[in-house]
Amino acid sequence: MKKRDVVLIAAVVLILAFVLAGYFYKSRQAKNIAFMARENASTFVRDHSPSYGSDDAKVYIVEFLDPACETCSVFHFYVKGFLAAHPGRIKLVVRYAPFHDNADYFVKILEAARKQGKYWETMEVMYQSQSYWASHHNPQPKLVWKFLPMAGLDLKKIAKDMNDPAIAKLIEQDLADARALNVRKTPEFFVNGKPLPSFGYEQLKQLVESEIEANY
Amino acid sequence: MARSAQKSDPNWNIVFLCWLIAGISTLGSLFFSEIMLFAPCVLCWYQRIFMFPLAIILLVGLFPFDKNIVKYALPFAAGGWLVALYHALLYSGVIPESLQPCAQGVSCKEVYINLLGFITIPMLSLMAFSAIMALLLILRRRLSV
Repeated sequence: MKKRDVVLIAAVVLILAFVLAGYFYKSRQAKNIAFMARENASTFVRDHSPSYGSDDAKVYIVEFLDPACETCSVFHFYVKGFLAAHPGRIKLVVRYAPFHDNADYFVKILEAARKQGKYWETMEVMYQSQSYWASHHNPQPKLVWKFLPMAGLDLKKIAKDMNDPAIAKLIEQDLADARALNVRKTPEFFVNGKPLPSFGYEQLKQLVESEIEANY
Repeated sequence: MARSAQKSDPNWNIVFLCWLIAGISTLGSLFFSEIMLFAPCVLCWYQRIFMFPLAIILLVGLFPFDKNIVKYALPFAAGGWLVALYHALLYSGVIPESLQPCAQGVSCKEVYINLLGFITIPMLSLMAFSAIMALLLILRRRLSV
C-alpha cells in the first residue's frame, strides 16, 4: 500500500471514529435524560422554580439560564414568541445556572423581585439593559440598580430580600440539578424532558412544535 | 525516489506513528470539549497549543519524508510534555494547590474522567506527549548515526 493511502485511511478512520463516537455519546445522553425525566422529574422542575404560562399546558419548556448571559437574553424573546404563538399550550419553567462571575447576584435580585410580584418585569428589564451592566461577560452588580426602577420595584425591599438565605439555597439546588443534567452552558433547554439535539433557535423551535403536535 | 517511497521505511513509520498519536490526541481533546462539553482549563489550553500544531507539522513532514521534522516537532513535544507533567503533578497533589496558576474560570484540578483509578485527562496528555517525544528522540538518534 502506498504511504499516502495509509495516511489517508488513518485520517478517515480517525475522523469517522470522532463523528460516530459523538453521535453515540449524544444519543446515549438523550436517553439518560429521558430516563431522568420519567423517574426523577423534580430534577427538571422544583417546587421553587418560577414558571410562566398556563398550568394546563402540556408542553413544558425548562430553561437553565444565567441573567448575565447574552444568548439567554436573546432566547428569552424567542421563548416569549413561542408562548404567544401557542397560547395556553406551553409553560416556561426557569432554572438558574449562573455560570458567570457575580451572576448569582442578579438571580438574587430576580428572586427578591418575585416577592413583589414583579419577577417577569424585572427579568425583562435586566435583559434589556444587560449590555450596560454585563458588557464583555463582565457583570457589574452595581450598574444594574440604575435600571431596576423601570420594573416598578421597591429597591429598599429588594436590597433586604435578596440576602434571604432561602434564595442562596435555591440557587445551590438549581446548580446541583444543572450538574446532574450535564448543563454546562447557558441557556440550556429541555422540552418535556428532551434536550436539544444541538444548540440553536431552529432546533428549539422544531422541538417545541413537535411536542405540541404530539400532545395536542 | 518514487520507489523508496513505497517500501517500508522505519524512519517514516516512526513519524507516522507520532502523527497518529497527535491526531488521536487532537480529536480526543476536541471530543472532550466540543461533544462532552468539558470546558478546557488554562493548563489544558497550553497543552493544546503544543499538540494541535504537531498533528499538522508531522503530516507535512511525511510527504515527502523530511528528516528535519525532528528539529521542528521536538520543541512542540517537549513544551507540551513539560506542561502536561506539571498538570499531572498538580492533579495528583504532588504540587500543592497554592502554586496553581488558574484562579478564575475552570479549575485545573477538577477531575472529569477517571478510568481504572489513574487514567485522567492530564494523564492521557502526559502519555501522548511522552510517547511522541520518545519516538522523536529515537528517530533523531537513528538519523544522526
